[in-house]
Amino acid sequence: MAMTTEPRSDRDVTAIDQSTGRVGDVVFAGLARSSGLLIMLALAGVAVFLVVQGSGALGNTGDAVYGKDSIWGYVWPLLFGTLLASVIAMIIAAPLAIGVALIISHYAPRPVAKTLGWLIDLLAAIPSVVYGLWGINFLALNLVPAYDWLQRNAGWIPFFEGPVPNSGRTMLTAGIVLAVMALPIITAICREVFAQTPKMHQEAALALGATRWEMIRMTVFPYARSGMISAVLLGLGRALGETMAVALVLAPSLLVSFNLITAEQSSSTIAANIALNFGNASGAKIDTLIFTGLVLFIITFAVNFLGRAIAVRGVAKG
Amino acid sequence: MAKSIDVSDLNIYYGDFLAVEGVSMTIKARSVTAFIGPSGCGKSTFLRSLNRMHEVIPGARVEGKVMVDGQSLYEPSVDPVAVRRQIGMVFQRPNPFPTMSIYDNVLSGKKLNSKRMKKSESDDLVEKSLRGANLWTEVKDRLGKPGMGLSGGQQQRLCIARAIAVEPQVLLMDEPCSALDPISTSAIEDLIHELKSDYTIVIVTHNMQQAARVSDETGFFNLKATGEPGQLVEFNSTKQMFTNPDNEATEAYISGRFG
Repeated sequence: MAMTTEPRSDRDVTAIDQSTGRVGDVVFAGLARSSGLLIMLALAGVAVFLVVQGSGALGNTGDAVYGKDSIWGYVWPLLFGTLLASVIAMIIAAPLAIGVALIISHYAPRPVAKTLGWLIDLLAAIPSVVYGLWGINFLALNLVPAYDWLQRNAGWIPFFEGPVPNSGRTMLTAGIVLAVMALPIITAICREVFAQTPKMHQEAALALGATRWEMIRMTVFPYARSGMISAVLLGLGRALGETMAVALVLAPSLLVSFNLITAEQSSSTIAANIALNFGNASGAKIDTLIFTGLVLFIITFAVNFLGRAIAVRGVAKG
Repeated sequence: MAKSIDVSDLNIYYGDFLAVEGVSMTIKARSVTAFIGPSGCGKSTFLRSLNRMHEVIPGARVEGKVMVDGQSLYEPSVDPVAVRRQIGMVFQRPNPFPTMSIYDNVLSGKKLNSKRMKKSESDDLVEKSLRGANLWTEVKDRLGKPGMGLSGGQQQRLCIARAIAVEPQVLLMDEPCSALDPISTSAIEDLIHELKSDYTIVIVTHNMQQAARVSDETGFFNLKATGEPGQLVEFNSTKQMFTNPDNEATEAYISGRFG
């Protein structure tokens, strides 16, 4: 410290010394830092566990991978089923969530909007087992006529080839259940972003003679675009990892098939497959299942990361 | 295309709160009318009731009559969207659309109204509007750049260009210079003088010199008393307002002896 020390009174020196020593600050900073660190450690712990346990399954063949040629032959149909169910869910949930969010933020009178927002948030509080039971016992059965109609009228599209099972437990049913489950998170994020659209831009559009919908297209959507994308990606993250509902709704099978409204030929998802098989698995089969978990971990992580990254980039731009 | 506005017994509410009470006045076509008065006395509220922008705020409503060239604005059959297409508005803070280029900003209002325009037509309209807003020479080489890249004064003139591109009958300006430096302010004031020949202009300002410089007629708004609604104290030719006002309160406000 090459500083010329000016002669100072003792009182000044102590005042400077004391200003940094607040106990509350130190405690809170330590608490915050250790909480952050703990989360990093937990995440790293999960990753390490999955890599260590799962990598043992890389060479598994035959019985250890449930009769497939290699681990990849086992993972691929599951990964495919996971992605298919989640993508169906997003195709249904995204427009619905954006519509509901718009109604809450821009259309409904305040009391209605509040109630609606509250109801949607409540959807997030329902346990996924309940969604699964609802999916099997109510939704699936009631969708059978609709599936029959689809098969008759759109059966030439490979998606709707059928045959339609009497239980209605199909890939499309799983997708719909996942859509309902992902709805709250997408709606909540979209609602926040829509409500943050600067008033002055909305008024600028209205003053030019825009209708409400034109105003939304001119100001709200451009402003909220990155927020909407990240909301959908976070919803996708939720759908990818969902276990119980899918495990209950889908009949387990290991196939790659785009046939959405049949039971025998539909793929299962990674999470549901682990839930269904882990109890009976032992030895090398456990490693195999953990490896599928690692694949899911990587995919979910990537999707969430992408969602956050897009959200952050949007903030920086706007 | 410029039109006159007749206001009679207008009461303006926010929910149950009466913000402005009993305003009657006649705003002449092809002239500049300025509203002055202290903050919170209802000038802007009144201005926004002239193109039905007031009711954008939840719970806000109006009683009384606003007639534009014999047509009542608040008839149930009148669509507020149609009113706003006839009566343009420029806001306190420049608010070009952030995601649009300068070119698209100018056309944004026109695109709402109409069928597709030919490229040459839109080019002409953009040039005409930007020239009308005294901005053309400054931006003609960067029409594709975002409107947000301009300076505050340029942005405000871009907003004026956007407003006049739809060829409204009336142009309302809510303190258009309050966020601008003196040079930009002077550019806007010059522009107001030029626009007067084509449009009916109503401007709210905190700056009394500005009112004196740009307007033909002036209205002075004030609160009746603290906690009471705002009202129109005096409405007169600008010349008379600033030299020999009828009302004592007006004179006190204008000469700086307010209270």
